[in-house]
Amino acid sequence: MKPVNFDYAAPESVADAIRLLVEARGEAKIIAGGQSLLPLLNMRMARPSLLVDLARIPGLDEVRLSDGWLEIGAMTRHAVVEAHPLVRRHAPLLAAAASFVAHHQVRNRGTIGGSTAHADPAAEEPLALLALDSELIAEGPDGAAKWPIGAFFRGPMTTALADAQVLVKLRVPCRGPSEGWAFREISRRRGDLALAAVAVWLRREDGICRDLRVALGGVADRPVRAKAAEAALRGCAWEPQIVDKTPALLEADIAPGSDVHATADYRRAVARELLVHALNEAWERVGELSPHC
Amino acid sequence: MGKERLVTIRVNGQPVEAQVEPRRSLLDFLREDAGLTGTHTGCEHGICGTCTVLVDGEAVRSCLMLAVQANGRDVFTVEGLARGEKLHPLQESFWKHHALQCGYCTPGMLIAAYDLLKRNPSPTEAQVRDALAGNICRCTGYVQIVEGVLEAAANLREKAETPHGEPSV
Ligand SMILES: Cc1cc2nc3c(=O)[nH]c(=O)nc-3n(C[C@H](O)[C@H](O)[C@H](O)COP(=O)(O)OP(=O)(O)OC[C@H]3O[C@@H](n4cnc5c(N)ncnc54)[C@H](O)[C@@H]3O)c2cc1C
Ligand code: FES
Ligand code: FES
Repeated sequence: MKPVNFDYAAPESVADAIRLLVEARGEAKIIAGGQSLLPLLNMRMARPSLLVDLARIPGLDEVRLSDGWLEIGAMTRHAVVEAHPLVRRHAPLLAAAASFVAHHQVRNRGTIGGSTAHADPAAEEPLALLALDSELIAEGPDGAAKWPIGAFFRGPMTTALADAQVLVKLRVPCRGPSEGWAFREISRRRGDLALAAVAVWLRREDGICRDLRVALGGVADRPVRAKAAEAALRGCAWEPQIVDKTPALLEADIAPGSDVHATADYRRAVARELLVHALNEAWERVGELSPHC
Repeated sequence: MGKERLVTIRVNGQPVEAQVEPRRSLLDFLREDAGLTGTHTGCEHGICGTCTVLVDGEAVRSCLMLAVQANGRDVFTVEGLARGEKLHPLQESFWKHHALQCGYCTPGMLIAAYDLLKRNPSPTEAQVRDALAGNICRCTGYVQIVEGVLEAAANLREKAETPHGEPSV
């Protein structure tokens, strides 16, 4: 199983990468960690004439704080997202999600930008980014572009990125002390893509759920918000009767499919079950976070 | 298109130089250009783990990395574990516990286990199983492999040895 023959370039700036992509007129592919692209190349499901490797561009794997945002470079590897002190402190939900991605060997190469651009509907990091209300920054031939995460995913393996646009940065609002989070997933084996996964972020004040965002993976053609369940809980006291009713509200927001790994009904059942556990875990966890950055 | 280029990769401390097409995987570089067939070819899409090697000290799938991407870097393979005729403690305990049958998965298991013991010299059984979850074995049922890793860890701790077979960089 060998890929088609292609050319390879490792530019040292984003501008050079964009120029190479434009010159290739849609025949080139960006390679980040290669953990999704190389299988596709080996199986000849992708046949680019050129690979543009982002690995030698300085600064693309930087993690830093900036004005209340945690900024994560697109080339930051899953293993770094999982372990980085700034991510663990200011976006622990994202660090937890990264720990569920694949196996150690894959996490050492694959990147958060690659996972986001690849847009597998069952991938974990996009769920955390969605629950945390992140924004994405790209550069392209027409300059910089920015999307709220909710506008980025357009379908399975489909995003708002245009040809020759390079995702450069993910920005996550820093999280504070009255906020809680949880990440839950069920997969066939440790490291497999989720059959269903749930990421919850919420803000709890005086026993009231002031705000929350619930993201689900593996149960639609893209990461989705559980909007009806969110609406039922937002502004309410945390009563078991209300929380226990949220699974029944999922139906409007999810559309699971059947495949070799699980039937649609099973995925639906898993999502419903995970939801209640994740909501209660997030509620209980409030207070563990550090103050806003 | 696909013009060959010169890459130099240090494999188990020795520089190996070759002209390769950009599509050459690190796995094929090791087997075909470096002549080191200890690292096995399995699925070639990241699922089985038998191609696991260390690149700059970190475990990766060599089927999911291009030789051009590894240019200038340090690679450590299963051939680097033994010192001459003296087997590495992991190899000794794999032997003792019958942790291999056909041996297809063994190079990947050994390197994944080596990588684990480097990061965590006293793993629990659950941690060993977690670290090997990305490596598939069709023969053994995993029980003896896990036993082998746990015993090697204990032996290494007793002798206060680091599991270092890697040449110092
Ligand atoms: C065995 C195995 C198991 C896996 N299990 C999981 C799992 O459980 N959960 C999970 O989430 N993922 C899983 N993955 C996928 C893994 O997380 C990949 O790392 C990720 O999907 C892609 O990241 P990458 O950096 O490797 O990107 P690449 O493979 O290099 O690229 C993927 C795609 O994104 C594009 N791209 C990459 N970076 C950019 C950028 N900065 N700007 C624009 N486009 C870009 C590429 O052109 C390509 O189309 C698994 C992979 C393997 C091999
Ligand atoms: S050959 Fe690399 S993971 Fe199977
Ligand atoms: S010993 Fe045969 S695959 Fe593991």
